[in-house]
Order: sequence, then C-alpha cells, then structure tokens
Amino acid sequence: MKTLAQLLNEIRPEFDFTASRDFLLDGMLDSFDMVTLVATLDEAYGISIDGVDIVPAHFRNLDALSALLRKYGAAP
Amino acid sequence: MNFLFRRKRIGGLLTVVPANEGSFLEEMRRFNFPLNRSLKLKEVMGYDKHRLAQDGLCVSDLAVYGLQHLFAQGRLAREDIDALVLVTQSPDHLMPPTSSIIQGRLGLKQDMLCLDINQGCAGFVVGLIEAFLLLEQPSIRKVILINADVLSRKTSPKDRNSFPLIGDAASITVVERDTEDSVIHANLKMDGTRNEALMIPAGGLRMPSTAATAVLEDVGDNNLRAKDHLRMDGSAVFNFVQTEVPPMIERLLATAEVPMDAIDWFLFHQPNRFMLEKLADKMRVSPSKMPNNVVEHFGNSSGVTIPMAITLNLRAQMMAQKFRVCLAGFGVGLTWGSMLLSLGRLSFCESIDYPNTAEQRHDE
Repeated sequence: MKTLAQLLNEIRPEFDFTASRDFLLDGMLDSFDMVTLVATLDEAYGISIDGVDIVPAHFRNLDALSALLRKYGAAP
Repeated sequence: MNFLFRRKRIGGLLTVVPANEGSFLEEMRRFNFPLNRSLKLKEVMGYDKHRLAQDGLCVSDLAVYGLQHLFAQGRLAREDIDALVLVTQSPDHLMPPTSSIIQGRLGLKQDMLCLDINQGCAGFVVGLIEAFLLLEQPSIRKVILINADVLSRKTSPKDRNSFPLIGDAASITVVERDTEDSVIHANLKMDGTRNEALMIPAGGLRMPSTAATAVLEDVGDNNLRAKDHLRMDGSAVFNFVQTEVPPMIERLLATAEVPMDAIDWFLFHQPNRFMLEKLADKMRVSPSKMPNNVVEHFGNSSGVTIPMAITLNLRAQMMAQKFRVCLAGFGVGLTWGSMLLSLGRLSFCESIDYPNTAEQRHDE
C-alpha cells in the first residue's frame, strides 16, 4: 500500500507533502486536485468518501487527510 | 415547497447542439497545464468533448432551428402552441423577452403566452413546473418548454475552472395534458442568500459592462477571467449539491410513497461525472440507473442536460415504453428541485446538430 504522501505525489510530483502544514495555503493542491485525490483515495482504500466531506478542512495536511480516512475505517 | 399535478405529461423531446466541437485536451494545452493532470481530470470528471456556439450564435437561433425541424417533420403544428416558456441565463437581449423573439421569427399565433424564466441547472424542473401550472388553464392545451443556453460566450477561455465543462445547447419539450390519470410529484427549494456562488457579475444594471469589466484578471491557479464572465465557486457548489440533493430526493419519494428501488431512471442534471457518482454512492443508487455521460460528449449545458441525458441514452426505450423516473436539477440561485413522473411512449425523442454554416442549415 502506498503512503498518503506517495499518492499525493502521483498527483503533484513537484511538491514535498511531508514538509507542509497547509497544502491549500501553500498552493500545492487546487480544487481539481482535491477531486482527483478523492477518486484516488476511494480506489486505493476501497471506500467512498461522502461528497459532504470534500471540503478544504479535510485536505489541509497529512494529519487532516489521515483523520478523514480513519472516519471511513481506512488505515493510512 | 411541494407540487402535485394530475393528468399532465411530456409528449416529446428534442435536443439541439451546435455542430462546432471543442476538445478538452486541446484546450488544456492553452493553459500550459501538465498532461498527466489533464488526463486524470478527464478520467475523473468526464471532461472530453463539448459543443460550443460560434459566429454569434444565440439562444433564439438554436430554438428556432429546433422548432422548424419539428414543424418540417410533422411532429408539431404551429397553431397548437398555446404557450412558449423559455428558460435561459443567456438571452439574446436584456429586453425584449427572447421567447417573444422566437415567437416572432416562427410566425406563431398572437393568442398565446410567451414567457422567459431566468434559471439554469435546475431549469428543466422549474420549467416543467411552470408548464404544468399553465396547463391548469382551460385555454392552454400545449406548452412548449425551451431550455437553452450559450454560456460559452460568457465564459473565459482562459478559466480552467469553468470553460472545459461548459457546453451550449437547447432542448424543446412538448408538455401537454394526459388522457391517463397520471400523478406527478415535485418539490423545489431556493436560497437567494447564496446567489453569488454562480454569477456573471457584469452586464446587468448593477454593474454595466464597460471596458474595465472586460479586462481579464488573474483569479488564482493561473486562471484569467473578466467580470463579464461566468464565475463559479466550484467547491461551494459541489458541497451544496452533496448536502441538499440526497435529502431532497428522500423527501420527494416519501411524499409520493414510492420506494427508491421502484425508480427506473434517476435523470439528474449533469455537471460532471464525479459529482454524479458521489450522489449515486450516497443515495445507494446503482450507477446503471443514473446516466452521467452527458458532459463527456457535449459539456454541461445548464438546464438542457436532463433532456440530453434522455436523448443520448434512452431514445429507443423512451419511444417504446413508459418508465417511472426521478428528475433532479440544482444550480444557480441557488435552486434545487426534483420531480417524480411517468415518462415514455414519446412521439419523438431525438438530438440534432445545428450546422456550422448557413449553407448547411439551408440544406436541412
């Protein structure tokens, strides 16, 4: 299983996601990247992230993403 | 707000799309956007081809061409039209109503009602509600509902958030009385406090179009847009749809006392494939019952996408038999509406192209 940072790097290979506390503020993810990431996570973890959870707060950093995945019973 | 109608039906559906086609991957090259990210977006959102107005094409041009086609095919008679309801966000002019322009160009009778409604992605449901209400009048036996938009003309080609998904199109829906005791349930909600989520800021009287409103501004992520252009808060609209639409459908079906699994087709507005897949997941609806392929073939044409989902995917079925369908539209306003009705045994259900040149249109 790939790590969250590896999955993020498949979408934006030019950034180090382990070094940022706010991907959105740092310009590392835009709204289309968030959508692509949700599709990637759904497939990688066999889950379906509810559309109402696709909000910036869940995509700011690795901790927030890990918490989102745990909500769906997925272990990042 | 709930609505209940009896003895009304959709008699036929025609969609009209400009023959001119844009390609997402070609356009992405203009943005200097990495190919791998474009390919992922294409896969996830369904962006591929979209139909675009050119040479000043207007809503009335698409509508007149479609209605002339129906007259020529003997599907509709001019004198039978008692009301013409046009739903559009891109009228030919601020005034007069574009429905009046269509009436005049077609030489329709004076003893009729022409009405413009400013609505977008919920516009098919809103337009049907208006058409059914008009049919309560003894003097109105047939309403022509036209949904049409040419919003590509008001979208910045340099705005990656909007331009790839926009499509131009028109639909013509014959709405009439039903000899069977049909029952139609609908509901509609509006929230004007969120009116700025989808907006063209300039061009009305609050902010008239000037040289300044035509200037492209950097709005982030390398997107350039002017105040004359369509502005969409994509995240806010996505969250609105995912929050409001599933409970709306639950309420509609509860009111009608119809279980979810009794619905043959969920025919929803088509903003993009991802949004529809998320809705289907949340509502536990089989994706096979909810077509989501309009955007990839034609783009998002606001209120036309529901008729287009039908003419694209269900033409033969809708001519042959009746289905229990659930419609849902959601968008500008903000507005969200749904409708449960029996749909089928249509007298026509087809899609035609609006040719690129006047010569080709004349030959039709």
